[in-house]
Amino acid sequence: MRRFSWFNATALTAGFAFLYIPMIILVIYSFNESRLVTVWAGFSTHWYGELFRDQAFLDAAWVTLRVAFVSSTIATILGTMAAYVLVRGGKFMGRTLFSGMIYAPLVMPEVITGLSLLLLFISIGLDRGIFTIILAHTTFSMCYVSVVVSSRLVSFDRSVEEAALDLGCTPFDAFKSVTLPLIAPAVIAGWLLAFTLSLDDLVIASFTAGPSATTLPIKIFSSVRLGVSPEINALSTILILIVTIGVISASLVSKRRIVQQQRDEQMAEQAQQ
Amino acid sequence: MNLARRTLIGIPYLWLLLLFLVPFGIIFKISLSDYAVSIPPYTPTLDLSEGWQGIRGFFAALDWENYVFLTEDDLYWRAYLSSLKIAVISTFLTLLVGYPIAYGMAKAAPEWRPMLMMLVILPFWTSFLIRVYAWIGILSNEGYLNQLLLWTGIISDPLQIMNTPTAVYIGIVYTYLPFMILPIYATLERMDDSLLEAAEDLGCSRLSAFWIITLPLSRSGIIAGSFLVFIPALGEFVIPSLLGGSSTLMIGKVLWEEFFSNRDWPVASAVAIILLLILVIPIILFQKNQEKNQEADA
Repeated sequence: MRRFSWFNATALTAGFAFLYIPMIILVIYSFNESRLVTVWAGFSTHWYGELFRDQAFLDAAWVTLRVAFVSSTIATILGTMAAYVLVRGGKFMGRTLFSGMIYAPLVMPEVITGLSLLLLFISIGLDRGIFTIILAHTTFSMCYVSVVVSSRLVSFDRSVEEAALDLGCTPFDAFKSVTLPLIAPAVIAGWLLAFTLSLDDLVIASFTAGPSATTLPIKIFSSVRLGVSPEINALSTILILIVTIGVISASLVSKRRIVQQQRDEQMAEQAQQ
Repeated sequence: MNLARRTLIGIPYLWLLLLFLVPFGIIFKISLSDYAVSIPPYTPTLDLSEGWQGIRGFFAALDWENYVFLTEDDLYWRAYLSSLKIAVISTFLTLLVGYPIAYGMAKAAPEWRPMLMMLVILPFWTSFLIRVYAWIGILSNEGYLNQLLLWTGIISDPLQIMNTPTAVYIGIVYTYLPFMILPIYATLERMDDSLLEAAEDLGCSRLSAFWIITLPLSRSGIIAGSFLVFIPALGEFVIPSLLGGSSTLMIGKVLWEEFFSNRDWPVASAVAIILLLILVIPIILFQKNQEKNQEADA
């Protein structure tokens, strides 16, 4: 605290202003009456109504939600399996290749991932649509899930699992009743991350979607290319609101969990005495 | 090795092999093919019905022609170089903006830190596309920034920022800032303040204590953050295409246009392979840095 100087206060204020002012402007101007986004003409919720009457946007939003839900769920299962294999799996053939394939997609430019998957789908003759977007999103987001889950797996005490095995649990039971509850926060965080990544992805979806399916980012991108529009501002505001509520409630839940854990530990100590 | 273990390893392994590794083989193969007016728009395609003869003919038709084409047409050279330049400059700018924020966070009172942390992470969860879009309204000629500057009388004509490299720099710094702040914050937060007190007791000024102690100790965070910005910035597509206009050349955009506008899949594939080769070096360096940090922690 001693070192918290004017410099630090300025750096934080300026930094957070830089991060938040653009989004705040976006939100304010979504309530603008005028079609010209840069000229303020009075308060109105007109563009929200317009947005909810725009069938193309609603269809795209529905496609996006379905893709995000399915792909993040499969990615969470596959990613958790992959994390378990990496951390607890011991040695097996091709382990280096496996961990390479987990980490590589994280740093791969999206244009390359998108192009390579598209060429795969075309060469095996798979029709592009919602299904291929789900396959593509599952592939890259399972890697994020596996990184999140494996960092949790590394950090907790392995002896608990071993105790369960010693007491006659099958490996599957031990995983279900000991490991899974312990890694659950990371699994949930992984699912949320996968879900947001899928909601957000433009490039990979553009390559793998084909003409039949349009996701929200593809729709936003094509209308933003023509310039700023108040409908997009309204849509952005809704998305920002959802994310803000999500992040804040997630942090409140985890805070409560920590408090609960401390209380449990205290009670355990008192019981011992 | 029992069956359960095999399935556990096998399923994610097979998934990644089929949907990550095999596609790269296909990209490489197509980069050696020729453009053709057909569906799919390249030749040759593997025809197994002709047996061994077909396979031999297939391999005979593959060549390095597209790569030769990339070296001959200076559009591609300029695009790779300008992507590198933009990625380097914007990484450096992100560091300049991000370091003071990370520093301020690490020096803030401990009870404030989780809240500050959340404020940094929140934009990261918000749609990337929307955060880039937000800058179109700010930077355009009739945008909020120009309105403000004209109103205050600092300028008399609107500044052309939109559709220039400057807009791309701003876009990259803005969207990738959390990736720079978080690793630097992580190293600064662990730092032992008594080192600074010792330095000051021994007659160091605050500024030189920063240069001698704080900066070197946060080196691994700086390196990690810089790679986390540099690597995705190099292949960036959304930011240059929304903010950069036609005057900003970046390889991600060239690849996209080669594929979607020119429909030249073989050339697009060759562009991707070269981009991948360029990225291998920073990715390996990044991995080395991460491993060194993990060893240091252990």
